[in-house]
Amino acid sequence: MSSTSSEPTVHSTGSQLVKRGLAEMFCGGVIMDVVNPEQARIAEDAGACAVMALERVPADIRVDGGVARMSDPEMIQGIQAAVTIPVMAKARIGHFVEAQILEALGVDYIDESEVLTPADEAHHIDKWKFTVPFVCGATNLGEALRRISEGACLIRSKGEAGTGNIVEAVRHLRSINGDIRALTLADSAELFDWAKQLRAPLGLVQEIAETGKLPVPLFCAGGIATPADAALAMQLGAQAVFVGSGIFKSDDPAPRAKAIVEATTNYMDAHILAKVSRGLGAPMTGIGMDDLDIKLADRGW
Amino acid sequence: MTTGVLALQGAFALHQSRLESLGERVVQVRIPADLEGLDRLVVPGGESTTVSMLAERFELIEPLTEFAQSGKAVLGTCAGAILLSAEIQDGRADQRCLGAIDISTRRNGFGRQVDSFEQEVQIPILGELPFHAVCIRAPVIERVGESVTVLATIDSRPALVRSGAIMVSIFHPELVDDLRIHQLFLAM
Repeated sequence: MSSTSSEPTVHSTGSQLVKRGLAEMFCGGVIMDVVNPEQARIAEDAGACAVMALERVPADIRVDGGVARMSDPEMIQGIQAAVTIPVMAKARIGHFVEAQILEALGVDYIDESEVLTPADEAHHIDKWKFTVPFVCGATNLGEALRRISEGACLIRSKGEAGTGNIVEAVRHLRSINGDIRALTLADSAELFDWAKQLRAPLGLVQEIAETGKLPVPLFCAGGIATPADAALAMQLGAQAVFVGSGIFKSDDPAPRAKAIVEATTNYMDAHILAKVSRGLGAPMTGIGMDDLDIKLADRGW
Repeated sequence: MTTGVLALQGAFALHQSRLESLGERVVQVRIPADLEGLDRLVVPGGESTTVSMLAERFELIEPLTEFAQSGKAVLGTCAGAILLSAEIQDGRADQRCLGAIDISTRRNGFGRQVDSFEQEVQIPILGELPFHAVCIRAPVIERVGESVTVLATIDSRPALVRSGAIMVSIFHPELVDDLRIHQLFLAM
């Protein structure tokens, strides 16, 4: 937070309004995982509203195993130099020093992400301390509200990253939005128990009961592989989508990336969806939930 | 009266809810047919390169240019200001602008997100109470033509400008509860 002199004109950075404001600007857009400058340029050319710089896409992290960490700063800077759109990067859950480094690099958003190996088994990062805004994953409303209480300015479904399977993201979006709808019908006495059940701050629960929406935008992530997947997420109430492995693990990334952008904009128009879904080549193969060794969505507390 | 909000990407839903709270009928614009019958248009903030590409792919560049030339009121905020301007600096080579208002905008002129800020701004046309301006990776208006009136400045640079029926801001009035910019637009 910086402020100046005695003038009435106070210039302040890093406020909640400024941090949540950027999340609002991503609405209706697609944020794409990229691992090098060349992919970043393909994403920007396709119309991505931001890119997520990371060393390996989730599908590869799954195959490789081992500890997944913040990316090399040199690689992140290479991507920042390659594109003019906002650049996000991932820090491990609870790893506030990785977040400090990402802030020093000038990344535009930090994803405190379950895709990387958690660094703290009890605590997430205190996100209020940072000027850079954070996005966090959630599988249900309670988790979303705990992250918001820690200072997250954008919530995304966790889905199940690296699977090309939308089923978990659908579960998470339905759970979050279903509970929000139920909250708006609860009477004031019931909200105390709701807060207890959700393990979430009462103030936030009361606010949602009143407004009928999260105080920050809700995006979809985890398992989007086709234009139809993106439109499904949008019709289920997501305000934008993250696409991880779904683009660069497909046969022909550039046209697929473009088609997913167009589908996210015109998510209600089945004729346009039919048009943009044609002739894209094979999507990423994908994995069924029963065949998974590790469920990334279980990471986070 | 009906106001369209360009809904290709960005903060269109917030503009819509601000305008609806003022009793305005609002239509989201994604394809050329959506522009029919509109009295006014808002071009919201978002990622300007994305909006430019989607406007081309959904064949909106010409209809939007015609709408802006028709004398109907148009409000552009942040990326919307970039799209409406006559010249873009630090944009992509293929980035389109509509030339609806004679200004030159420089993308991300204030820096990256860590440099984004909020600030009280004096806007004489709105009265004495300052307006809370939120600037998110905001553009800088580097040049304004003779036809353009500067209504407010931030750091001595134009922040809200108007030429005829076109008004643009580098900040985001849709992010705050103060509805005076939207009211001014509806009265244009």
